[in-house]
Amino acid sequence: MNAAIDFVPVWTLILGVGVFFYVLLDGFDLGVGMLFGLEPDLRSRNTVMNSIAPIWDGNETWLVLGGVALLAAFPLAFAIIIPAVYFPLLVMLLALAFRGVAFEFRYRDVEHKTFWDHGFCYGSTIGTFAQGVTLGAFIQGFKVDGRHFAGSSFDFLTPFSILTGVALIFGYGLLGAGWLILKTEGDIQARARRHGRLCLGGVLVCIAAVSVWTPLVNTAIAQRWLSWPNIALFSPVPAATALVAYGAWRALNGSSHAGTFVAAVGLFALSYLGIVISLWPMIVPYKYTLWEAASSPATQSFLLVGTLFLLPVILVYTSWSYWVFRGKVRADVGYH
Amino acid sequence: MELDPVFLSRLQFAWVIAWHILMPAFTVGLASYIALLEGLHFATGREIYFRISGFWIKIFSVAFGVGVVSGVVMPFQFGTNWSRYSDATSNVIAPLFAYEGITAFFLESAFLGVLLFGRKLVPPWAHFASALMVALGTLFSSFWILAANSWMQTPAGYEVIEGRYFPTDWMQIIFNPSFPYRLGHTVVGFYVTTGFVVLGVAAYLIRRRDFAAEGRIMMSMTLWLLTILVPLQIFLGDQHGLNTLEYQPAKLAAIESHWDTGRRVPLILFAVPDQKNETNHFVLEVPLLGSLILAHDVNGEIKGLKDFPTADRAPVAVTFYAFRVMVGIGTLMLVVVGFSWWLRLRGRLYDSPWFQRACLGMAPLGFVAVLAGWTTTEVGRQPWTVYGLLRTADSVSPSLSGFDVLLSLLGYMAVYLIIFPAGALLMLRLIRRGPAAAAASPPVESGRPSRPITVQLEPESRP
Repeated sequence: MNAAIDFVPVWTLILGVGVFFYVLLDGFDLGVGMLFGLEPDLRSRNTVMNSIAPIWDGNETWLVLGGVALLAAFPLAFAIIIPAVYFPLLVMLLALAFRGVAFEFRYRDVEHKTFWDHGFCYGSTIGTFAQGVTLGAFIQGFKVDGRHFAGSSFDFLTPFSILTGVALIFGYGLLGAGWLILKTEGDIQARARRHGRLCLGGVLVCIAAVSVWTPLVNTAIAQRWLSWPNIALFSPVPAATALVAYGAWRALNGSSHAGTFVAAVGLFALSYLGIVISLWPMIVPYKYTLWEAASSPATQSFLLVGTLFLLPVILVYTSWSYWVFRGKVRADVGYH
Repeated sequence: MELDPVFLSRLQFAWVIAWHILMPAFTVGLASYIALLEGLHFATGREIYFRISGFWIKIFSVAFGVGVVSGVVMPFQFGTNWSRYSDATSNVIAPLFAYEGITAFFLESAFLGVLLFGRKLVPPWAHFASALMVALGTLFSSFWILAANSWMQTPAGYEVIEGRYFPTDWMQIIFNPSFPYRLGHTVVGFYVTTGFVVLGVAAYLIRRRDFAAEGRIMMSMTLWLLTILVPLQIFLGDQHGLNTLEYQPAKLAAIESHWDTGRRVPLILFAVPDQKNETNHFVLEVPLLGSLILAHDVNGEIKGLKDFPTADRAPVAVTFYAFRVMVGIGTLMLVVVGFSWWLRLRGRLYDSPWFQRACLGMAPLGFVAVLAGWTTTEVGRQPWTVYGLLRTADSVSPSLSGFDVLLSLLGYMAVYLIIFPAGALLMLRLIRRGPAAAAASPPVESGRPSRPITVQLEPESRP
């Protein structure tokens, strides 16, 4: 096939947006899962749980989409990155399994409610941490030999990947707090504001640490950000981050119901943009570009036809299901 | 002992998929059954359909939850443990996995929330439509995943460039030679499995007497369905067998434990295959029947295992026994359906204690048959991941040590041995509570009885 059209940019966009959607959607419900553990009584725990019960499953579906889209559109990246993060992924999948079944089980298995409550809270926390570690391992890069990962299954474990793991706990915590402020009232909302302030502090410290650390250990990334004219082009990113952080702080302390969530989304978008700027156009960092790792044009075009048609449909009915459960959590909808 | 990452990765894949497949084996059929019940309730307005549907929706939600979390694990297995397989084949089959995601998973998950929790929030037709969408999602999912699986069994529509596979014809890739048979045989197998679960639960409810009316409706409906599906399944299995004879003769030889090529071969009912000495012990066989069943011709030629290099033979004993377990259960199912007609025509379908006991005993056997069938086809595909092209030993991630895989396998074992038995116990508990409890409990509360109350309250609540 003489590829007249280059499908890589559109697949980059789809994968990029898909992963971002996953981070936002499962991010807030994993965050809610962590904050669930801090709720003092049964009534508030039930309300917190019901704020995400009808939608978490759809949110997690974006993880599967991210995985298979990477496999289909950039198979070389899939074949190198996934074995390299063998253990973080294992831990993430097992933790997510525990938290996923906890929705049904804690409600139906009353004798072991405490066990499943712990499963839900720790599962959410450990799953988040493992995702953050995976991100850190990705940014630090992998040992590659030809088309294979050539390092050991424990290469992922570094102080940097642990930092990104902790960062994501605060980040998802902030998203979760934003969601709870949006969906609940009274004492639960007040607690969410308090936890949100704590998470925001943590997030900002972590963002600062990662932003200083990365260019220090990686000269290419330092070059990318600090050389002229990039420094002028990219300096709005940290400036905007500071501004959005201030907005988040104002929303947490004010009376806004949606402000925290919106600002948290903004912080995630800017951090995401920061990573893209640092690594572009690499998909296997420092080794293979998006174009080198791409699947054949025949593969990408075949999948694109259906995706361009179905993705808007998915967005429509997913929005509909969110719309059905709009507003503050109702006491009579969800598990009791 | 040397830890072999290939063997342990196979064990891990078998472990995670065997547990996972039990859930779709149940939810694919159950989703359709719930949609049917919701449709009947919507059309006739009879409360009893509504109670039965509510009862099964609760059980469905547990099974589906466990199915989702164990399903999320699956695509990552290809990368973590089988990265060389992924690198080689993804240009051809990865889009099929991706299409499964975008056609099925989103459909299921978005409408499941409404099905479980939205009874009071949406009009009845929208609730029924949600049930339909969930059912449709499970069927789309089966379509794509079995297309990918079939391509690994009977690859078509590809070209090989530097050891990697590239697409040449998507229709041939999706509708590869074994796909129509595998799709039919698997989906009908899932429906039959669900059917026998519903039948067993119906027998249990009739025996308990307090929900006998619900039990009778479930039993009658299900036996009608099984009357069509069980014979259909046997026919589809036979057609699938002819397809295997044509495209995967080495697998068929392993299934039948035939060592020598020949015509007018016997059907081996039982034997102890001896792979090392290329022979069978303790053979119980019926003359000529092998050729007749396998090739539909007494003089039909059946290739023996000795025609294939030792390195290309599947593990014979596992394949041979697994197949016989599946066929044995299929035969039992046919017997049960036959007896049900004998009872029905005498007007005694609902009051035969031994038939009810038989139904109870049959309830879990569909799952055993699904696992046995799956084992037959997947172990029978060995030593290949892509039949005849890519060896399993050349598919595993090169970075993995045996210790790595042992650790992850232990992790999967520990977690699955908590989650799956817990899920099973919860489903059994829901069954014990019966349909009435389901109707009284809020997540599946009727929209209709509550409507007058809402109408009364609304004017007052407005200022």
